[in-house]
Amino acid sequence: MILEVILFYGAALVALISGIFVVSQKNPINSAFSLIITMCALAVMFAMLGSSFIAVLQIVVYAGAIMVLFLFVIMLLNAKHEEGMTGGGIGRAALILGAILAIESMVVVWKGSAALPQNHKETVSADVARGLFASPRFLYAFEATSILILAAMVGAVVVARKEKKK
Amino acid sequence: MDAGRRDLRRREGEGVVTSMEFLSSANKELGIDALISLIKIAVIFNALLGLFSLMTYIERRVLAFMQFRRGPNRVGWFGILQPAADGIKLFFKEEFMPEGANKLLFFAAPIVSIITAYVSLAVVPYGGPLRIPFYGQVTILGRPIDIQMANLDVGVLFIFAITALGVYGIVFAGYSSNNKYALIGGLRSSAQMFSYELALGMSWVSVIMAAGSFRLTDIVATTEKWGIWPWMILQSPAFIIYMIAACAEVNRTPFDLPESETELVAGFHTEYSSMKFALLQMAEYINMITVCALASNMFLGGWLSPIPFVPNSPLWFFLKMFFLLFVFIWLRATVPRFRYDQLMDFGWKRLIPIAAVWVVLYAGATAFFGEKRPAPATIAASAVAGEVAR
Repeated sequence: MILEVILFYGAALVALISGIFVVSQKNPINSAFSLIITMCALAVMFAMLGSSFIAVLQIVVYAGAIMVLFLFVIMLLNAKHEEGMTGGGIGRAALILGAILAIESMVVVWKGSAALPQNHKETVSADVARGLFASPRFLYAFEATSILILAAMVGAVVVARKEKKK
Repeated sequence: MDAGRRDLRRREGEGVVTSMEFLSSANKELGIDALISLIKIAVIFNALLGLFSLMTYIERRVLAFMQFRRGPNRVGWFGILQPAADGIKLFFKEEFMPEGANKLLFFAAPIVSIITAYVSLAVVPYGGPLRIPFYGQVTILGRPIDIQMANLDVGVLFIFAITALGVYGIVFAGYSSNNKYALIGGLRSSAQMFSYELALGMSWVSVIMAAGSFRLTDIVATTEKWGIWPWMILQSPAFIIYMIAACAEVNRTPFDLPESETELVAGFHTEYSSMKFALLQMAEYINMITVCALASNMFLGGWLSPIPFVPNSPLWFFLKMFFLLFVFIWLRATVPRFRYDQLMDFGWKRLIPIAAVWVVLYAGATAFFGEKRPAPATIAASAVAGEVAR
C-alpha cells in the first residue's frame, strides 16, 4: 500500500512538474521533451490502475509516435526560441482563469474521491480496455472513429496542398 | 468473445504475479519477491554488460574474417581483452561539450538511449523455467525461478513501446550537438524508425493472433503446442519482415543512414566523446540483442529444442539469439547501404504493403479454418489498426 502511494505521488509530481515545463520552456524542443516525460508519467498511473494495455498504448501512440512527428517538424523547421510572454491583459486573464480552473478541479477531486467505490480500480479503469476492445459493439465505433481520423488527415493534406498552376 | 474475456479473468486469478499487479497489490510477501527480482536484475544487467562487450569483439573479428583482415588480435588471447582495453580508453578520454550545444538534451540523450535499451530487455524471457541437469527446477524460498525479470501480460507491446521511446536518444543527440551532420543524422533516424516501426508492428500480428496473447511465455507455449517446425515454417514470412524492419530499427548496416560515415562523419554521435559515446554505442548493441532475443522467442520457439529427443534448454535460446546476431554482422559485411530515397521507397511501398497483405491473409485463414480464441485476436487486430491509423 505504501509502495502504491509513493509511486502515485511520484508519478503525479513528475507529471505536474514536466507539465509546467511544457508551457514554461522557451526552447520548443525542451517543451517537447517535457511533454514526453508527462506522457510517460501518465502511463505509470494507468499501469497502477491495473490497465497495463492502456498504459502501453499511451506510450506507443502518444510518446512514441505523435511526439516523434512533433519533434521531426520542430527540427525540420528549425524553430527558434520563443519570445517571452508579453504579459498585459491576456496574460493576467489567463492566470486568473487558470487559477479558477485549478481550484475547481481540486474541489471536484476532493468531493469525487469520497463518492468512488472502494475497489474502484476494477470498476473504473481495468475494464476500459477489455470493454472497449473485446466487445464488437464498441469495437466498431472505435474503428469508425479511426476512419474518421484518417478522413480528417486526408482532408488536411488536401487543404494544405498547393494549387496546381494552370 | 465471452470465452476470451473469461480466459483473461482466469489468468489473472491464477496467482501469476505480473509486475503490474505486483505494483498494485499489497502483497505480504512483497519483500521476498522484490529480493528475487533484484537478484535477477543484478545478474541480467551484468550479463548484458558482458554480452555487449563480447559482441563488439565478435563483430570486429567476424567482419575482419569476412573481409580477409585480421581484426583485433593483440590485447590478450586472440584479442579477447580488446573490449576491456577500449572501455578503459573511453573512460579516460576527455569529456567534450560542443559550443552552442543544448546542455540539457546533450546530457539526456545517452541516458535516454541506455535506459530504454535496458528496460525493454526486462520483459524478454531468456529461456523459461530455470532447470539444471541432474538437479531439476531451481527454487528460491519455494518459488520457482524463471530466467525473466517481469512476465508482463502486455510483454510484446511493452517492448514495442519502449523501443519507440529509444528513438529520442538519437534524435536528441542529433539536435543538441549544434552540428549539421548530427542534425541530419537525427532527422534521418526519426523518419526511418517511424517508417519501419509500422512494418515491425505488423509483422508481430500473425504471431499474436496465433498465440492469443501478448505475453512472451504464452507465445513460446503456443509454439510448443503447434510443434516448433510447423510454427517456424508457417510464421516465416512474418519472421523475414520482422528481421528486415528490425535491422532498420536498430540502424544496422543496410539501414545505417543515421550514422553513414561517408556523408555524415558519424551521424548523430559526431560530437560525442568519452563515456557518453560509449553509452550511445552500448545502447545500440543492446537494442540489437533485444530484437534478436525477441525474434528468437517469437518466431524460432525460444528455449524449445528444434531437434527431436534433445531436451529443451535455455541454451537453445542463446544459440538462436547468437545465430541471429551473427546474421546481422553477416549483413553488415555483405550488403551496401541504401540511398535515402531507396530506404523510404522500400519501407513504405514494399515492406508495409507486404506486411499488410500477410496480416490479411493470416487473419482470413484464421477466420476460415477456425480459431479457438477470436477475442484476443481482435484485440491484436485493433491494436494494429490503431498503429496504422496513427
